[in-house]
Amino acid sequence: MGLFVAQLLTGLANAAALFLVASGLSLIFGVTRIVNFAHGSLYMLGAYFGVTLMNTLPGVFGFWTSILLSGLIVGVIGIAIEVCVLRPVYRAPELFQLVATFGVILVIQDLTLMVWGAEDRLGPRAPGLKSVVRILGEPVPQYDLALIAITPFILLALWWLIARTRVGVLVRAATQDREMVGALGVNQSWLFTGVFFLGSALAGLGGALQLPKGGADLLMDLNIISAVFVVVVIGGMGSIPGAFVASVLISVLNVFGVSYIPQSTLVLMYVVMAVVLLIRPYGLFGREEKAGEHGQVGEPDRPIRPAGTKGRLFVAALIAALALVPLVGENFTQVLITDIVIFCLFAASLQFMLSTGGLVSFGHAAYFGGGAYAAALLVTYADTPMELAFLFAPLAAGLLALIFGWFCIRLSGVYFAMLTLAFSQLVWSLVFQWYDVTGGDDGLVNIWPAEWLSGTTAYYYFTLIVGVGGIILLRQLAHAPFGYTLRATRDSARQAEATGINVKLVQWSAFAMAGAMAGLAGGLFVFSKGSIFPNELEIGKSFDALIVVFLGGVKTLSGGVVGAAFMESAKDWLTRLEYWRLILGLLIIGVVIIAPDGIVGTLRRVGERIGLLRTQEFMR
Amino acid sequence: MLEISALNSFYGKAHILNDLGFSVSKGEVVALLGRNGAGKTTTMKSIMQLVRPKSGKVQFNGQDITALPSHRIARLGLGYVPEERRIFSDLTILENLEVGRQPPRADAPAWTVDALFELFPNLFERRHNRGKAMSGGEQQMLTIARTLMGNPKLLLLDEPSEGIAPVIVEQMAETILRFKKEGLTVIISEQNLHFARIVADRAIIIESGEKKFDGSFSELEKQPEIRDAYLSV
Repeated sequence: MGLFVAQLLTGLANAAALFLVASGLSLIFGVTRIVNFAHGSLYMLGAYFGVTLMNTLPGVFGFWTSILLSGLIVGVIGIAIEVCVLRPVYRAPELFQLVATFGVILVIQDLTLMVWGAEDRLGPRAPGLKSVVRILGEPVPQYDLALIAITPFILLALWWLIARTRVGVLVRAATQDREMVGALGVNQSWLFTGVFFLGSALAGLGGALQLPKGGADLLMDLNIISAVFVVVVIGGMGSIPGAFVASVLISVLNVFGVSYIPQSTLVLMYVVMAVVLLIRPYGLFGREEKAGEHGQVGEPDRPIRPAGTKGRLFVAALIAALALVPLVGENFTQVLITDIVIFCLFAASLQFMLSTGGLVSFGHAAYFGGGAYAAALLVTYADTPMELAFLFAPLAAGLLALIFGWFCIRLSGVYFAMLTLAFSQLVWSLVFQWYDVTGGDDGLVNIWPAEWLSGTTAYYYFTLIVGVGGIILLRQLAHAPFGYTLRATRDSARQAEATGINVKLVQWSAFAMAGAMAGLAGGLFVFSKGSIFPNELEIGKSFDALIVVFLGGVKTLSGGVVGAAFMESAKDWLTRLEYWRLILGLLIIGVVIIAPDGIVGTLRRVGERIGLLRTQEFMR
Repeated sequence: MLEISALNSFYGKAHILNDLGFSVSKGEVVALLGRNGAGKTTTMKSIMQLVRPKSGKVQFNGQDITALPSHRIARLGLGYVPEERRIFSDLTILENLEVGRQPPRADAPAWTVDALFELFPNLFERRHNRGKAMSGGEQQMLTIARTLMGNPKLLLLDEPSEGIAPVIVEQMAETILRFKKEGLTVIISEQNLHFARIVADRAIIIESGEKKFDGSFSELEKQPEIRDAYLSV
């Protein structure tokens, strides 16, 4: 009994920081409709500023002042992000804003590294609250009790602000219809900035407040962000009470999970999220999102066209050149190009569902890694011949996508994205924690190709044929009747439904197809490396794919491939630089703001202007 | 009070307003008439800069407002009542009114929540209800009341009689006549010629974004061919 209560209290105390960060994210999403991926980075900054300030300001007063100051500073940083990065892209589609916040993550990571160095910082303990209290015989840290006492007040203050003040009324009105609020005389851009300040400050407060229980390190941004997403999605995006209830739920669950079923703590969190979303697709306290309410803005997509003769000749020449590489290139070049082709196929599979289908998946790595692991497990446990195991990679990934897709396509927009993320995290945590089968962090090794493919050059040709074949297949599919129907469901699901298209079935098929092709890329990957580790399933991997599709051009067909080729080659020299994340982050933000058409879209526009390409008229 | 000259507005590549120009003086009630798709709503949105005109000028009390953001225009005393009403359905009626509140102006009728409830008693009874559970007529009243909370000098009413019960249409006409008596300048867009004739002093007929007629209703009566060509009566 005593232990039970003590654990419950620990869970409640852990909920404090999580709630602060989650409520900030929820608040920002509610008004701006932006899912701020950089919110974890703001939390991290709060922790670093907190450590520095606490080491400067002495005593009890200094400790609490440091926490408040950290919140304020991070709030101001939030304003800077809103004004410089997000304001220029409010009118752009959701994905652009998301990608911009990815860029912010990278920039903040390197700036933090520059200022505070790579060493982890231990959080100072709270003066006056350093000892423990015995409750039913179990020791409970005083600071935990303080956190438990503080959190409800913050919840209450936020609730009051939103429910009872004029600012709150305006914020809620803007959540629903920004333009109308503006037409009634309210300067909505300052309202947005204000909300961003508050949301960021909450994240900063959370970071500083957890210091005595943890510390500050460079991984805490991505470590907390997935938990925060889980909380926000379970609670309902935009709901502050929802964020509170879900933070408590997840934190308490986590504490009990650690002591009773330690192998499955991570899995548990995502299982809870998936279950909640299945029963209440918009979270416990969320409001149903009507399709198109905040959706399609900006110009309609250009119709895609099959490549012209020039384009085909260019691609043929490129493939021919690639086929000649082993005659002149060294081993290293072949390995690099193998990596590039695999990544291109992975990106093309995401682009297929994302651009052609309008299905923005945040968890595409699940199918890449899923396919790779399926093949690796077969080889490890069943001694399956490579050829058969390789065939199983796309099949298994396709099956996985079929199962997850069935749940995901019932949602749309941000909720769809969140559920794909949850499922991919589920797979990741399963692989990561099921040590006995998957080897956990140690991965699976000795997964080599069959004899006849074992040389670098042989595998190079194999990858080239399978990879390029897969990409061409996806491209053909986009130009096939299936591609037309898929685009119809993207542009207007209702209209498509009324025309007699089974929208969900089409989307489901596209989801499964994209999953299978990602699995194919995963299969190529595992046999080229001879091993597979859980990081191929991580959020980061899914983001990589999103970023390259974006860099290449979301509204194009070849953007994914071009972006992947560009990125994978650039990474080779970029990662040699010390602060490559900073450069990449700024590049991403720059592309979002200056050249939102991506590489392909921008090249095409330039081509049209100088007369190399024929101008394509919009169909009205 | 309001001067529009050579306005051209587009949706994408569709040319909606074509060199449109007209003016409205203080205290006038002007009806903007035309068929569906003639450009009435776009005219109103272009005045509020919710649609950014490609060229042309909108002047309000001598000030060029063409490049201003919408909220600045609203703060100058232009009140816009959209056709789709755009009630904040998650907010209560009182909160909806709060969103529209602006400080009183010297040269415009000043409205308070109490005065508006007197004008629209139905709203008072439901003041703590959320906007979603309202009839079309009540929604229309709420949108007008919400805009009046900003104490506008000039009211833009987009199709106030659309989609509401005939009995409420009559009330609406009386309300607009009362606004006129209070000294409010009003532009209403209408398809209902009968309704427009009751409330307005002057008719402006547009078709394909071009002005086809500008004059009194008695002049319009003398030219039935114009009425037949541009209005669906």
